Amino acid sequence: MRLAILGAGAVGRSVAELASEYGHEVVALTDSSSAAIDDDGLDVDATLERKERQGTAGTADPEAAFETDYDVLVEATPTTLGDAEPGFSHVKRALEADRHVVLANKGPVAERYGELRTLEADSAGSIRFEATVGGAIPVLSTIEDCTPQAVTAVRGVLNGTANFILTRMAAEGLDYEHVLSEAQDLGVAEADPTFDVDGTDAALKFVILANVLSDGGFSLEDATVSGIESIPGSALDLAAEDGRTIRLIGEATREEIRVGPRLVPENGALAVTGTRNIVQIETRNAGSLASSGRGAGGPETATAVLSDVGRLPEL
Amino acid sequence: MVEESVEEDPETDGGVRPYTVRLELVDEPGELLRALAPISDNGGNLLSIHHERGNITPRGHIPVEVDVECPPDRFDDIVEALRDAGVNVIQAGAEHYGEEINVVLIGQLVGTDLSETLSAIEDDAHAVVLDLSLAAPEGTNGTSSARVRLAIDSGRSDEALAAIRSIGEEKDLTVVEPLLGGEA
Repeated sequence: MRLAILGAGAVGRSVAELASEYGHEVVALTDSSSAAIDDDGLDVDATLERKERQGTAGTADPEAAFETDYDVLVEATPTTLGDAEPGFSHVKRALEADRHVVLANKGPVAERYGELRTLEADSAGSIRFEATVGGAIPVLSTIEDCTPQAVTAVRGVLNGTANFILTRMAAEGLDYEHVLSEAQDLGVAEADPTFDVDGTDAALKFVILANVLSDGGFSLEDATVSGIESIPGSALDLAAEDGRTIRLIGEATREEIRVGPRLVPENGALAVTGTRNIVQIETRNAGSLASSGRGAGGPETATAVLSDVGRLPEL
Repeated sequence: MVEESVEEDPETDGGVRPYTVRLELVDEPGELLRALAPISDNGGNLLSIHHERGNITPRGHIPVEVDVECPPDRFDDIVEALRDAGVNVIQAGAEHYGEEINVVLIGQLVGTDLSETLSAIEDDAHAVVLDLSLAAPEGTNGTSSARVRLAIDSGRSDEALAAIRSIGEEKDLTVVEPLLGGEA
Protein backbone atom coordinates (compact mmCIF):
# COMPACT_ATOMS: atom_id res chain seq x y z
CA MET A 1 0.00 0.00 0.00
CA ARG A 2 1.04 3.58 -0.62
CA LEU A 3 0.83 5.70 2.52
CA ALA A 4 0.26 9.43 2.91
CA ILE A 5 1.13 10.20 6.51
CA LEU A 6 -0.32 13.35 8.06
CA GLY A 7 1.54 14.38 11.20
CA ALA A 8 5.25 14.06 11.83
CA GLY A 9 5.15 13.59 15.60
CA ALA A 10 6.46 10.47 17.32
CA VAL A 11 3.77 8.25 15.75
CA GLY A 12 3.87 9.69 12.21
CA ARG A 13 7.66 9.47 12.10
CA SER A 14 7.66 5.88 13.37
CA VAL A 15 5.05 4.83 10.83
CA ALA A 16 7.26 6.26 8.08
CA GLU A 17 10.30 4.52 9.51
CA LEU A 18 8.69 1.10 9.85
CA ALA A 19 6.51 1.16 6.72
CA SER A 20 8.96 -0.63 4.45
CA GLU A 21 9.44 -3.40 7.01
CA TYR A 22 5.71 -4.10 6.65
CA GLY A 23 5.88 -3.96 2.87
CA HIS A 24 4.44 -0.51 2.35
CA GLU A 25 5.65 2.63 0.64
CA VAL A 26 5.43 6.23 1.87
CA VAL A 27 4.44 8.83 -0.73
CA ALA A 28 3.86 11.78 1.60
CA LEU A 29 4.81 12.87 5.12
CA THR A 30 3.47 16.17 6.38
CA ASP A 31 3.88 18.30 9.48
CA SER A 32 1.83 21.36 10.40
CA SER A 33 3.60 23.63 7.90
CA SER A 34 5.21 21.51 5.20
CA ALA A 35 5.24 18.22 3.35
CA ALA A 36 7.69 15.83 1.77
CA ILE A 37 6.13 14.38 -1.36
CA ASP A 38 7.30 11.73 -3.81
CA ASP A 39 4.92 9.64 -5.89
CA ASP A 40 7.74 7.17 -6.51
CA GLY A 41 8.25 6.61 -2.80
CA LEU A 42 9.93 8.93 -0.31
CA ASP A 43 13.46 8.52 0.88
CA VAL A 44 12.25 8.16 4.46
CA ASP A 45 15.66 8.37 6.13
CA ALA A 46 16.53 11.61 4.33
CA THR A 47 13.11 13.09 5.13
CA LEU A 48 13.34 12.26 8.83
CA GLU A 49 16.86 13.59 8.98
CA ARG A 50 15.72 16.85 7.41
CA LYS A 51 12.80 17.04 9.87
CA GLU A 52 15.25 16.55 12.74
CA ARG A 53 17.75 19.12 11.45
CA GLN A 54 15.57 21.83 9.95
CA GLY A 55 12.30 21.24 11.78
CA THR A 56 10.28 20.85 8.57
CA ALA A 57 9.45 17.64 6.73
CA GLY A 58 9.93 19.08 3.24
CA THR A 59 9.33 21.96 0.91
CA ALA A 60 5.87 21.19 -0.43
CA ASP A 61 2.58 22.51 0.97
CA PRO A 62 0.87 20.05 3.38
CA GLU A 63 -2.15 20.17 1.04
CA ALA A 64 -0.08 18.45 -1.63
CA ALA A 65 -0.32 15.16 0.28
CA PHE A 66 -3.93 14.81 -0.89
CA GLU A 67 -2.83 15.15 -4.53
CA THR A 68 -0.47 12.17 -4.38
CA ASP A 69 -1.42 8.73 -5.60
CA TYR A 70 -1.92 7.28 -2.10
CA ASP A 71 -3.98 4.24 -1.07
CA VAL A 72 -4.12 4.90 2.66
CA LEU A 73 -4.20 8.17 4.52
CA VAL A 74 -2.57 7.81 7.94
CA GLU A 75 -4.11 10.46 10.20
CA ALA A 76 -1.52 11.03 12.95
CA THR A 77 -2.02 14.71 13.71
CA PRO A 78 -2.57 15.74 17.35
CA THR A 79 -5.90 14.79 18.93
CA THR A 80 -8.36 17.66 19.16
CA LEU A 81 -11.66 17.70 21.02
CA GLY A 82 -15.08 19.05 20.05
CA ASP A 83 -15.26 19.26 16.24
CA ALA A 84 -12.03 17.18 16.06
CA GLU A 85 -10.62 19.45 13.37
CA PRO A 86 -8.53 19.44 11.26
CA GLY A 87 -8.36 15.64 11.64
CA PHE A 88 -12.01 15.11 10.75
CA SER A 89 -11.71 17.05 7.48
CA HIS A 90 -8.61 15.09 6.53
CA VAL A 91 -10.50 11.81 6.94
CA LYS A 92 -13.48 13.21 5.05
CA ARG A 93 -11.34 14.27 2.09
CA ALA A 94 -9.69 10.88 1.82
CA LEU A 95 -12.96 8.94 2.05
CA GLU A 96 -14.60 11.21 -0.51
CA ALA A 97 -11.67 10.43 -2.81
CA ASP A 98 -12.38 6.70 -2.22
CA ARG A 99 -9.20 6.06 -0.24
CA HIS A 100 -8.67 4.17 3.01
CA VAL A 101 -7.94 5.95 6.28
CA VAL A 102 -6.07 4.65 9.33
CA LEU A 103 -6.28 6.90 12.37
CA ALA A 104 -3.93 7.34 15.30
CA ASN A 105 -5.76 10.58 16.12
CA LYS A 106 -8.50 9.87 18.69
CA GLY A 107 -10.51 13.04 18.08
CA PRO A 108 -12.60 12.11 15.03
CA VAL A 109 -13.47 8.57 16.25
CA ALA A 110 -14.35 9.73 19.76
CA GLU A 111 -16.22 12.92 18.89
CA ARG A 112 -17.75 12.29 15.43
CA TYR A 113 -17.99 8.53 15.06
CA GLY A 114 -21.41 8.47 13.42
CA GLU A 115 -20.41 11.00 10.77
CA LEU A 116 -17.28 9.02 9.97
CA ARG A 117 -19.25 5.82 9.49
CA THR A 118 -21.70 7.63 7.19
CA LEU A 119 -18.84 8.96 5.09
CA GLU A 120 -17.30 5.48 5.03
CA ALA A 121 -20.57 3.94 3.84
CA ASP A 122 -20.51 6.22 0.77
CA SER A 123 -16.84 5.53 0.03
CA ALA A 124 -14.91 2.71 -1.58
CA GLY A 125 -12.38 3.23 1.20
CA SER A 126 -12.72 2.17 4.81
CA ILE A 127 -11.50 3.44 8.16
CA ARG A 128 -9.54 1.65 10.88
CA PHE A 129 -8.27 3.01 14.19
CA GLU A 130 -6.58 0.34 16.31
CA ALA A 131 -3.84 2.81 17.27
CA THR A 132 -6.32 5.13 19.01
CA VAL A 133 -6.92 2.67 21.86
CA GLY A 134 -4.09 1.20 23.91
CA GLY A 135 -1.14 1.82 21.58
CA ALA A 136 0.46 -1.51 20.72
CA ILE A 137 -2.19 -3.61 22.51
CA PRO A 138 -4.59 -5.29 20.07
CA VAL A 139 -7.88 -4.09 21.53
CA LEU A 140 -10.17 -3.22 18.63
CA SER A 141 -9.06 -6.18 16.53
CA THR A 142 -9.80 -8.48 19.49
CA ILE A 143 -13.27 -6.98 19.79
CA GLU A 144 -13.69 -7.35 16.05
CA ASP A 145 -12.72 -11.03 16.31
CA CYS A 146 -15.11 -11.65 19.20
CA THR A 147 -17.69 -9.61 17.26
CA PRO A 148 -18.79 -6.43 19.06
CA GLN A 149 -22.23 -7.93 19.81
CA ALA A 150 -20.67 -10.60 22.01
CA VAL A 151 -18.73 -8.07 24.07
CA THR A 152 -20.62 -6.76 27.07
CA ALA A 153 -18.06 -4.38 28.55
CA VAL A 154 -14.49 -3.24 28.29
CA ARG A 155 -12.55 -2.01 31.30
CA GLY A 156 -8.98 -1.25 32.10
CA VAL A 157 -6.09 1.13 32.44
CA LEU A 158 -5.48 3.17 29.29
CA ASN A 159 -3.31 6.00 30.49
CA GLY A 160 0.31 5.22 31.28
CA THR A 161 1.11 8.58 32.85
CA ALA A 162 -1.66 8.38 35.45
CA ASN A 163 -0.79 4.76 36.14
CA PHE A 164 2.87 5.62 36.61
CA ILE A 165 1.99 8.38 39.07
CA LEU A 166 -0.31 6.16 41.14
CA THR A 167 2.22 3.32 41.14
CA ARG A 168 4.99 5.59 42.39
CA MET A 169 2.75 7.21 45.00
CA ALA A 170 1.82 3.80 46.40
CA ALA A 171 5.37 2.44 46.32
CA GLU A 172 7.13 5.46 47.77
CA GLY A 173 4.45 6.96 49.96
CA LEU A 174 4.88 10.25 48.14
CA ASP A 175 2.28 12.85 47.29
CA TYR A 176 0.80 13.59 43.90
CA GLU A 177 2.69 16.84 43.18
CA HIS A 178 6.03 15.29 44.04
CA VAL A 179 5.56 12.23 41.83
CA LEU A 180 4.18 14.32 38.98
CA SER A 181 7.31 16.46 38.80
CA GLU A 182 9.43 13.30 38.96
CA ALA A 183 7.40 11.90 36.04
CA GLN A 184 7.99 15.11 34.10
CA ASP A 185 11.74 14.88 34.72
CA LEU A 186 11.70 11.32 33.42
CA GLY A 187 9.73 12.33 30.34
CA VAL A 188 6.84 10.05 31.36
CA ALA A 189 4.55 13.03 31.87
CA GLU A 190 4.32 15.91 29.43
CA ALA A 191 4.97 19.50 30.44
CA ASP A 192 1.20 19.95 30.42
CA PRO A 193 -0.12 16.65 31.77
CA THR A 194 -3.70 17.89 32.20
CA PHE A 195 -5.43 15.42 29.85
CA ASP A 196 -3.52 12.49 31.32
CA VAL A 197 -4.22 13.19 34.97
CA ASP A 198 -7.75 14.58 34.68
CA GLY A 199 -8.91 11.42 32.88
CA THR A 200 -9.67 13.04 29.49
CA ASP A 201 -7.17 10.96 27.52
CA ALA A 202 -8.40 7.68 28.99
CA ALA A 203 -12.01 8.80 28.56
CA LEU A 204 -11.50 9.41 24.81
CA LYS A 205 -10.34 5.81 24.44
CA PHE A 206 -13.31 4.43 26.35
CA VAL A 207 -15.65 6.64 24.29
CA ILE A 208 -14.16 5.05 21.17
CA LEU A 209 -14.72 1.59 22.71
CA ALA A 210 -18.32 2.42 23.56
CA ASN A 211 -18.81 3.63 19.98
CA VAL A 212 -17.45 0.35 18.66
CA LEU A 213 -19.72 -1.69 20.96
CA SER A 214 -22.84 0.33 20.13
CA ASP A 215 -21.93 1.31 16.58
CA GLY A 216 -21.81 4.98 17.50
CA GLY A 217 -23.79 7.36 19.61
CA PHE A 218 -21.18 8.50 22.14
CA SER A 219 -18.85 11.45 22.43
CA LEU A 220 -16.66 12.77 25.22
CA GLU A 221 -19.49 14.72 26.81
CA ASP A 222 -21.33 11.43 27.49
CA ALA A 223 -18.53 10.16 29.69
CA THR A 224 -18.46 10.54 33.47
CA VAL A 225 -14.85 11.42 34.14
CA SER A 226 -12.79 12.15 37.21
CA GLY A 227 -9.04 12.33 37.49
CA ILE A 228 -6.35 11.52 39.99
CA GLU A 229 -5.28 15.06 40.95
CA SER A 230 -7.07 14.97 44.29
CA ILE A 231 -5.75 11.59 45.44
CA PRO A 232 -3.35 12.05 48.36
CA GLY A 233 -0.66 9.51 49.24
CA SER A 234 -2.58 8.69 52.41
CA ALA A 235 -5.51 7.34 50.37
CA LEU A 236 -3.18 4.80 48.76
CA ASP A 237 -1.89 3.82 52.20
CA LEU A 238 -5.43 3.22 53.40
CA ALA A 239 -6.20 1.15 50.33
CA ALA A 240 -3.08 -0.95 50.95
CA GLU A 241 -4.25 -1.79 54.49
CA ASP A 242 -6.89 -3.89 52.85
CA GLY A 243 -4.75 -5.40 50.09
CA ARG A 244 -5.95 -2.90 47.53
CA THR A 245 -4.58 -0.05 45.55
CA ILE A 246 -6.00 2.79 43.47
CA ARG A 247 -5.84 2.91 39.69
CA LEU A 248 -7.39 5.20 37.09
CA ILE A 249 -9.86 2.73 35.61
CA GLY A 250 -12.14 3.22 32.66
CA GLU A 251 -15.27 1.24 31.83
CA ALA A 252 -17.25 1.25 28.61
CA THR A 253 -20.54 -0.54 28.04
CA ARG A 254 -23.41 0.09 25.65
CA GLU A 255 -25.04 2.17 28.38
CA GLU A 256 -22.30 4.31 29.81
CA ILE A 257 -18.69 5.38 29.96
CA ARG A 258 -16.97 6.00 33.27
CA VAL A 259 -13.38 6.88 34.05
CA GLY A 260 -12.15 7.53 37.56
CA PRO A 261 -9.91 6.37 40.38
CA ARG A 262 -11.03 2.94 41.64
CA LEU A 263 -10.03 0.49 44.32
CA VAL A 264 -8.64 -2.68 42.79
CA PRO A 265 -6.92 -5.70 44.36
CA GLU A 266 -3.24 -4.89 44.79
CA ASN A 267 -2.14 -8.08 43.07
CA GLY A 268 -5.04 -8.25 40.63
CA ALA A 269 -4.71 -8.18 36.87
CA LEU A 270 -5.84 -4.57 36.59
CA ALA A 271 -3.22 -3.24 38.98
CA VAL A 272 -0.53 -3.00 36.32
CA THR A 273 2.52 -1.00 37.35
CA GLY A 274 4.41 1.88 35.80
CA THR A 275 3.36 3.11 32.38
CA ARG A 276 1.89 -0.25 31.39
CA ASN A 277 -1.69 -0.44 30.13
CA ILE A 278 -4.22 -3.25 30.39
CA VAL A 279 -7.55 -3.91 28.77
CA GLN A 280 -10.09 -6.44 29.94
CA ILE A 281 -12.82 -7.44 27.52
CA GLU A 282 -15.92 -9.01 29.05
CA THR A 283 -17.55 -11.35 26.58
CA ARG A 284 -20.88 -13.14 26.66
CA ASN A 285 -19.59 -16.54 25.68
CA ALA A 286 -15.89 -16.53 26.39
CA GLY A 287 -15.59 -14.91 29.81
CA SER A 288 -13.04 -12.24 30.40
CA LEU A 289 -10.08 -11.67 28.08
CA ALA A 290 -7.19 -9.45 29.06
CA SER A 291 -4.23 -8.06 27.23
CA SER A 292 -1.58 -5.85 28.60
CA GLY A 293 1.31 -3.97 27.09
CA ARG A 294 2.66 -0.61 26.10
CA GLY A 295 -0.15 1.82 25.58
CA ALA A 296 1.84 4.66 24.07
CA GLY A 297 5.09 5.48 22.31
CA GLY A 298 6.05 6.10 18.69
CA PRO A 299 7.12 2.65 17.44
CA GLU A 300 4.51 0.87 19.63
CA THR A 301 1.63 2.92 18.26
CA ALA A 302 3.06 2.74 14.73
CA THR A 303 2.82 -1.07 14.83
CA ALA A 304 -0.91 -0.73 15.47
CA VAL A 305 -1.23 1.65 12.51
CA LEU A 306 0.68 -0.70 10.24
CA SER A 307 -1.31 -3.75 11.36
CA ASP A 308 -4.43 -1.83 10.41
CA VAL A 309 -2.95 -1.03 7.00
CA GLY A 310 -2.33 -4.73 6.55
CA ARG A 311 -5.98 -5.53 7.27
CA LEU A 312 -7.29 -3.19 4.56
CA PRO A 313 -8.56 -4.65 1.30
CA GLU A 314 -6.95 -3.60 -1.96
CA LEU A 315 -8.74 -0.64 -3.50
CA MET B 1 -43.66 -4.80 60.61
CA VAL B 2 -44.18 -8.36 61.80
CA GLU B 3 -41.33 -9.94 63.68
CA GLU B 4 -40.86 -13.44 64.93
CA SER B 5 -38.00 -14.31 67.19
CA VAL B 6 -35.77 -17.18 66.26
CA GLU B 7 -34.45 -19.39 68.98
CA GLU B 8 -33.08 -22.42 67.18
CA ASP B 9 -29.38 -22.87 67.08
CA PRO B 10 -28.50 -21.96 63.48
CA GLU B 11 -26.25 -25.01 63.20
CA THR B 12 -28.67 -27.72 64.33
CA ASP B 13 -30.29 -28.05 60.94
CA GLY B 14 -27.12 -28.36 58.94
CA GLY B 15 -27.00 -24.58 59.04
CA VAL B 16 -29.82 -22.20 58.30
CA ARG B 17 -29.10 -18.99 56.48
CA PRO B 18 -30.92 -15.70 56.17
CA TYR B 19 -32.37 -14.74 52.80
CA THR B 20 -34.24 -11.73 51.55
CA VAL B 21 -37.07 -12.15 49.10
CA ARG B 22 -38.62 -9.19 47.36
CA LEU B 23 -42.19 -9.63 46.25
CA GLU B 24 -44.73 -7.53 44.42
CA LEU B 25 -48.26 -7.85 45.68
CA VAL B 26 -51.56 -6.72 44.25
CA ASP B 27 -53.28 -4.31 46.63
CA GLU B 28 -56.12 -6.63 47.64
CA PRO B 29 -57.22 -7.96 51.04
CA GLY B 30 -55.60 -11.25 51.96
CA GLU B 31 -52.79 -10.99 49.42
CA LEU B 32 -50.03 -10.74 52.01
CA LEU B 33 -51.21 -13.77 53.94
CA ARG B 34 -51.54 -15.77 50.73
CA ALA B 35 -48.00 -14.82 49.74
CA LEU B 36 -46.51 -15.88 53.03
CA ALA B 37 -48.08 -19.33 53.26
CA PRO B 38 -45.66 -21.01 50.78
CA ILE B 39 -42.73 -19.87 52.91
CA SER B 40 -43.74 -21.64 56.11
CA ASP B 41 -45.20 -24.57 54.15
CA ASN B 42 -41.72 -25.24 52.79
CA GLY B 43 -39.81 -25.01 56.03
CA GLY B 44 -38.87 -21.33 55.95
CA ASN B 45 -38.80 -19.34 59.13
CA LEU B 46 -40.17 -15.85 58.74
CA LEU B 47 -37.85 -13.25 60.28
CA SER B 48 -39.41 -9.99 59.23
CA ILE B 49 -41.73 -8.45 56.71
CA HIS B 50 -41.36 -4.99 55.39
CA HIS B 51 -44.59 -3.98 53.72
CA GLU B 52 -44.32 -0.66 51.94
CA ARG B 53 -47.95 0.25 51.47
CA GLY B 54 -47.21 3.85 50.58
CA ASN B 55 -44.83 2.75 47.86
CA ILE B 56 -46.12 1.59 44.50
CA THR B 57 -44.00 -0.15 41.86
CA PRO B 58 -44.17 1.05 38.24
CA ARG B 59 -46.65 -1.75 37.61
CA GLY B 60 -48.95 -0.45 40.34
CA HIS B 61 -48.12 -3.20 42.82
CA ILE B 62 -46.94 -2.98 46.41
CA PRO B 63 -43.35 -4.00 47.11
CA VAL B 64 -42.85 -6.30 50.08
CA GLU B 65 -39.53 -7.36 51.46
CA VAL B 66 -39.47 -10.60 53.42
CA ASP B 67 -36.53 -11.88 55.43
CA VAL B 68 -36.59 -15.60 55.94
CA GLU B 69 -34.27 -18.14 57.39
CA CYS B 70 -33.99 -21.66 56.08
CA PRO B 71 -31.48 -24.37 55.21
CA PRO B 72 -29.83 -23.44 51.91
CA ASP B 73 -31.23 -26.49 50.12
CA ARG B 74 -34.80 -25.46 50.95
CA PHE B 75 -34.55 -21.96 49.60
CA ASP B 76 -35.12 -22.81 45.95
CA ASP B 77 -38.23 -24.77 46.92
CA ILE B 78 -39.59 -21.74 48.73
CA VAL B 79 -39.07 -19.47 45.75
CA GLU B 80 -40.58 -22.04 43.43
CA ALA B 81 -43.60 -22.47 45.71
CA LEU B 82 -44.09 -18.71 45.81
CA ARG B 83 -44.05 -18.54 42.04
CA ASP B 84 -46.39 -21.54 41.78
CA ALA B 85 -48.79 -19.69 44.05
CA GLY B 86 -48.80 -16.82 41.55
CA VAL B 87 -46.74 -14.49 43.68
CA ASN B 88 -44.49 -12.17 41.72
CA VAL B 89 -40.94 -12.68 43.04
CA ILE B 90 -38.75 -9.74 42.08
CA GLN B 91 -35.55 -10.83 43.67
CA ALA B 92 -34.66 -13.84 45.70
CA GLY B 93 -31.66 -15.13 47.53
CA ALA B 94 -30.08 -11.82 48.18
CA GLU B 95 -28.90 -11.99 51.73
CA HIS B 96 -29.28 -9.01 53.94
CA TYR B 97 -25.84 -7.41 54.23
CA GLY B 98 -24.40 -10.30 52.30
CA GLU B 99 -21.72 -8.22 50.59
CA GLU B 100 -18.87 -6.13 51.78
CA ILE B 101 -17.40 -3.22 49.91
CA ASN B 102 -14.68 -0.73 50.63
CA VAL B 103 -14.74 2.88 49.58
CA VAL B 104 -12.15 5.57 50.15
CA LEU B 105 -13.40 9.09 50.80
CA ILE B 106 -11.08 12.05 50.32
CA GLY B 107 -11.56 15.70 51.21
CA GLN B 108 -12.42 17.92 54.16
CA LEU B 109 -13.78 14.91 56.02
CA VAL B 110 -13.67 16.40 59.48
CA GLY B 111 -14.84 19.83 58.42
CA THR B 112 -17.83 18.34 56.61
CA ASP B 113 -18.85 16.30 59.69
CA LEU B 114 -17.57 12.77 59.19
CA SER B 115 -20.10 11.18 61.50
CA GLU B 116 -22.93 12.84 59.64
CA THR B 117 -21.42 11.58 56.35
CA LEU B 118 -21.32 8.04 57.72
CA SER B 119 -24.92 8.14 58.91
CA ALA B 120 -25.98 9.50 55.52
CA ILE B 121 -24.20 6.53 53.90
CA GLU B 122 -25.91 4.08 56.25
CA ASP B 123 -29.31 5.61 55.53
CA ASP B 124 -29.11 6.37 51.81
CA ALA B 125 -27.04 3.37 50.75
CA HIS B 126 -28.82 0.92 53.11
CA ALA B 127 -25.44 -0.02 54.45
CA VAL B 128 -23.79 -0.75 57.77
CA VAL B 129 -20.38 0.74 58.48
CA LEU B 130 -18.22 -2.17 59.62
CA ASP B 131 -15.06 -0.23 60.18
CA LEU B 132 -13.32 2.98 59.39
CA SER B 133 -9.72 3.93 59.00
CA LEU B 134 -8.79 7.59 58.87
CA ALA B 135 -5.60 9.28 57.73
CA ALA B 136 -5.22 12.99 58.32
CA PRO B 137 -1.55 13.77 57.70
CA GLU B 138 -2.28 17.49 57.36
CA GLY B 139 -4.22 17.62 60.60
CA THR B 140 -7.98 17.64 60.93
CA ASN B 141 -8.37 20.95 59.09
CA GLY B 142 -6.64 19.71 55.93
CA THR B 143 -7.44 17.08 53.36
CA SER B 144 -7.92 13.70 54.91
CA SER B 145 -8.75 10.24 53.62
CA ALA B 146 -10.94 7.56 55.10
CA ARG B 147 -11.38 3.96 54.12
CA VAL B 148 -14.83 2.75 55.02
CA ARG B 149 -15.77 -0.91 54.98
CA LEU B 150 -19.47 -1.37 54.45
CA ALA B 151 -21.89 -4.25 54.58
CA ILE B 152 -24.61 -3.99 51.97
CA ASP B 153 -27.36 -6.20 50.66
CA SER B 154 -26.26 -8.71 48.05
CA GLY B 155 -26.94 -7.52 44.56
CA ARG B 156 -27.48 -3.94 45.63
CA SER B 157 -23.93 -2.65 45.41
CA ASP B 158 -24.60 -0.50 42.34
CA GLU B 159 -27.43 1.29 44.12
CA ALA B 160 -25.34 1.70 47.26
CA LEU B 161 -22.43 3.16 45.30
CA ALA B 162 -24.71 5.56 43.45
CA ALA B 163 -26.00 6.80 46.80
CA ILE B 164 -22.46 7.22 48.13
CA ARG B 165 -21.48 9.12 44.97
CA SER B 166 -24.25 11.62 45.45
CA ILE B 167 -23.33 12.12 49.12
CA GLY B 168 -19.76 12.75 47.95
CA GLU B 169 -20.96 15.32 45.44
CA GLU B 170 -23.02 17.12 48.06
CA LYS B 171 -20.07 17.38 50.42
CA ASP B 172 -17.44 17.92 47.74
CA LEU B 173 -15.60 14.70 48.63
CA THR B 174 -13.73 12.48 46.19
CA VAL B 175 -15.16 8.96 46.32
CA VAL B 176 -12.86 6.16 45.24
CA GLU B 177 -15.17 3.25 44.51
CA PRO B 178 -14.28 -0.39 44.27
CA LEU B 179 -14.36 -1.85 40.80
CA LEU B 180 -17.24 -4.29 40.73
CA GLY B 181 -17.80 -7.14 38.34
CA GLY B 182 -15.31 -8.76 36.03
CA GLU B 183 -12.19 -10.45 37.18
CA ALA B 184 -10.43 -7.47 38.69
